Amino acid sequence: MSISTGSVWVDGSSSRMQRYNIFRRVNWGRFAVVAIPAFWLGIFFFIPFLVVFKISLSETAIAVPPYTPLLEWDLEEAYINLKISLGNYLYLLEDAFYLEAYLSSIKIAAISTFFTLLIAFPIAYLIARSDGSRRALLLALVILPFWTSFLLRVYAWMGFLKKNGIVNEFLLSLGIIDQPLVMLQTDFAVYLGIVYTYLPFMVLPLYSALEKMDMTLLEAAEDLGCRPAQSFFLITLPLAIPGIVAGCLLVFIPAVGEFVIPALLGGSDTLMIGRVLWDEFFLNRDWPMASAVAIVMLIVLVLPIMLIRNGQGKGEAI
Amino acid sequence: MQRKSLFLRFSAGFGFLFLYAPIIALIIYSFNKSKLVTVWGGWSLKWYSELFQNDQIIDAALLSLKIAFISATVAVVLGTMAGYVLSRFGPFRGKMIFSGWITAPLVMPEVITGLSLLLLFVALEGMFGWPSGRGTGTIIIAHVTFCMAYVAVIVQARLSSMDETLEEAAMDLGAKPSSLFFLVTLPLIAPAIISGWLLSFTLSLDDLVIASFVSGPGNSTLPMVIFSKVRLGVTPEVNALATIMIAIVAIGVIAAMFQMRRQARLLAKLD
Repeated sequence: MSISTGSVWVDGSSSRMQRYNIFRRVNWGRFAVVAIPAFWLGIFFFIPFLVVFKISLSETAIAVPPYTPLLEWDLEEAYINLKISLGNYLYLLEDAFYLEAYLSSIKIAAISTFFTLLIAFPIAYLIARSDGSRRALLLALVILPFWTSFLLRVYAWMGFLKKNGIVNEFLLSLGIIDQPLVMLQTDFAVYLGIVYTYLPFMVLPLYSALEKMDMTLLEAAEDLGCRPAQSFFLITLPLAIPGIVAGCLLVFIPAVGEFVIPALLGGSDTLMIGRVLWDEFFLNRDWPMASAVAIVMLIVLVLPIMLIRNGQGKGEAI
Repeated sequence: MQRKSLFLRFSAGFGFLFLYAPIIALIIYSFNKSKLVTVWGGWSLKWYSELFQNDQIIDAALLSLKIAFISATVAVVLGTMAGYVLSRFGPFRGKMIFSGWITAPLVMPEVITGLSLLLLFVALEGMFGWPSGRGTGTIIIAHVTFCMAYVAVIVQARLSSMDETLEEAAMDLGAKPSSLFFLVTLPLIAPAIISGWLLSFTLSLDDLVIASFVSGPGNSTLPMVIFSKVRLGVTPEVNALATIMIAIVAIGVIAAMFQMRRQARLLAKLD
């Protein structure tokens, strides 16, 4: 069956591509195509984590680079000195500030994810039930903001929310309020910013789940006397669960580590761990502490969720 | 039966309003004559002319465009390789690990990616003397790393949804692996490669956090300049800049949509 390739297949895969796969003969070419991207990511994405871990075990110092070496040796004097400091991790545990920052990041990300879902669902549902060119237009309208600068979209909200900004002017002119509301530099603005910038990441996986739904199910339910609200909770929602899970993870994980949104829209008391890491690094110049913050964030927040699901959906969504 | 209730229309309409209101307000206020950003002083192009006289912004924009162009191009090459491996190489040992590796950068918080890359560059410089100092080169490496993951996923999705018969036919007719890829597969996945390139270009042009970590002194990219300006408050020049960038993207996306529509209509006619 696979005479054309002149080799015997051991894995017996049924795919036709498999049988014809001539790459097996040119092993070097095949190897290079796998190895080049894998090497790149190995060097520039995975080894860096080991470096971060190493530096999180050193101490900050006034030097270039600003941390103490882990390992010092002098072969002539037969002297090796390995110095591992757990001080940064102990400090993380002792100082309530860090724990608070982690918890507050999780809280802010979770609440924002919920509201993103709430706003994204009707949009995704409407798109999934529209037809033809209308569907393409609505989809493009959802994706278009995603192609424009994230930084500038967050910035747009600053002009919207500030004390003499557009929202306040509008409400004042209508007489709904007589004092401008304080909206910028509050947690509220941070929620709004996250919901706004991550909305497309929620709409697209929801849309692809809802699009596959068989609409005749709803008709059947109606025929059997089901009210619209009932059939929504009994049929539509359960069928959308894969999309809901995918969308929530795509919003939640990056939102936990968000820096730009709390920095521009949040107040000085808006605690988020991405901002803490940034300040440790850029303001305090404490590289070892910033590394410890990153390692804990990675182990506590990112790895568990990444193990549940790898990042497939994000790219497919685009 | 495609019934859409009033409630659904209203709430989806609210969602779209939420998406577009700040952008539209920003565009309108970029034409505001008044220096006070929120007081309307009549239409004017004043801020656009000031923008083009601001050398700091112009230099940063040129640097960002250069970085985005190179990063997107390298990312497309590496990402296409990875996407091809994921969908056309069949099962091989370590494939699960490979696909996990490729997609991991997509979900990593930016502050972690940025910090870890910077520490790597510092460590490499200490050990091998490369890269000596940080700047354009290190930003490009960082951007390629996260952009190639997006390209890989887009190319993989396109390849998986594509019929394999054309490639099989070429193989039956004796095409070598390299000519099979360049003459048959590549033209078929060209749309995915183009959108992967465009996405990488946009992501690179937009990145603030990672570039801030890995750039050196005197290498401020456009987002870094915008961020330092915006942190002090709303500035009309940035409104003008944002309007220009949004206009370019909107024109591009709309043109692409019309192109796709025309192709779809052409295909429908052929049927």
